[in-house]
Amino acid sequence: MIEIIKISKSFNSQKVLDDLDLNIDPGKITVIIGQSGGGKSVLLKHIIGLIRPDSGQIIIDGIDITNLNDKKLNEVRKKFGMLFQDAALFDSMTVGENVAFPLNEHKRLSRKEINKIVDDKLNLVGLENVTHKMPSELSGGMRKRAGLARAIALDPKIVLFDEPTTGLDPIMRESIDKLIVATQERTKATFVVISHDIESTFTIAHKVAMLYQGKIVAVGTPDEIRSSNNSFVRRFIKDLRD
Amino acid sequence: MIRFLEFAGRPLVFFVEECGRIMLLLLSTISWMFRPPFRIRVIFKQMEFVGVNSVIVVMITGAFTGMVLALQTYHGFRMFGGESLVGSTVALSMTRELGPVFTALMVTGRVGSAMAAELGTMKVTEQIDALNTMSVNPIQYLVMPRIIAAILMLPVLTIISDFVGIVGGYFVGVNLLKINSGIFIAKIIDIVDLEDIFNGLIKAAFFGLILSLIGCYKGISTIGGAEGVGRATTQSVVLSSVLIFISDYFLTAVMF
Repeated sequence: MIEIIKISKSFNSQKVLDDLDLNIDPGKITVIIGQSGGGKSVLLKHIIGLIRPDSGQIIIDGIDITNLNDKKLNEVRKKFGMLFQDAALFDSMTVGENVAFPLNEHKRLSRKEINKIVDDKLNLVGLENVTHKMPSELSGGMRKRAGLARAIALDPKIVLFDEPTTGLDPIMRESIDKLIVATQERTKATFVVISHDIESTFTIAHKVAMLYQGKIVAVGTPDEIRSSNNSFVRRFIKDLRD
Repeated sequence: MIRFLEFAGRPLVFFVEECGRIMLLLLSTISWMFRPPFRIRVIFKQMEFVGVNSVIVVMITGAFTGMVLALQTYHGFRMFGGESLVGSTVALSMTRELGPVFTALMVTGRVGSAMAAELGTMKVTEQIDALNTMSVNPIQYLVMPRIIAAILMLPVLTIISDFVGIVGGYFVGVNLLKINSGIFIAKIIDIVDLEDIFNGLIKAAFFGLILSLIGCYKGISTIGGAEGVGRATTQSVVLSSVLIFISDYFLTAVMF
């Protein structure tokens, strides 16, 4: 369970998050949508402790991570996997080494066991024969798949996605959406996705949260959001579609 | 008036802040050196990059430095019949000054810039954030091995540079300028102390710290995409080179 309680964050006197509250349900896909530059990535980085809030609390499984020291924060982070916008694969390593990286760092496993997990995770995200390739040899969609394989290598309870479909063509976007849904169904982990892609959001989300001017302005299932008569929500969806 | 002072003092404030951030990075690196996990393989990989891969360029620079030094001092010393001192002058200059300084400058150009560019690219492509999310401290994983490797390998490269420089000086002095071989070597043994070599190596280790610390600092504080990476790389080379010359003066004043 992730509870975000009244967090605020400003950069150079510009308020990006403003007393924001949000509860994220375990074992579901929650999509946080909002306009580009609206603070979605900042919110996601707060959840994993990459940015500390000016005020407020972020509770992960009962632990407030906002004031933890590095050592304790690192322990909490082991519950997480994260897929970055451009996958953030390590350039100097092969795809296989990238997926094996968290396993080598945190598990005492033999090389054979690690290789098996790497193959399993790459198969799970639909990648074959790429173990020895460098990230620069992969297409954008393949890099995201490899990034997801690395994010789920340690079987985390929570997986964060930073704009997973940005920069992809419509076919690849649909394919990544299906992959997110299928992976969540198999892992039963909590997925938190941030996006400005309204079509993708309605396809994959169990729950949608709308971020606007530093606050969550609406929360509900995709159907609730889609059929909402609230003029603000309708205008928001229209703005994102445009 | 206050506005003017604000304007004039801005570079000073920036300089002090920058020094503070570099010192904090150094302290943080030292504290991470003693905490597990100890990634020996990553340190060896960096030692290979900093040391082994720089050998050729350091040998070429060292050899030609020794050769040109022999050529120049010969013409000067001949005026008062002091040709016999060419060997010791070359050896003393190489071990005390030119070996450590030129090695450090060449490694700054080859390695310090690469550190800034690599870490800068990792920063702007969120690879450093990715390390954090995987509970791996970037200072321990990226900065600490580079600094250890540079501190250990610079003295090794300097010894190679010293040796090759003296051999280059010998080649020019004895083979081309016809200085007596026995006198050339005897004067080196007479005048150059072990302390000269040792102090030169301490300088080299210090220069290794400077170039790696600045390279890593500029890399991990990069902002602004490809342009930012380019800026960080240039700044790291310029700042490291300047600091190497400044610290060389003070180290020389203290040690010799």
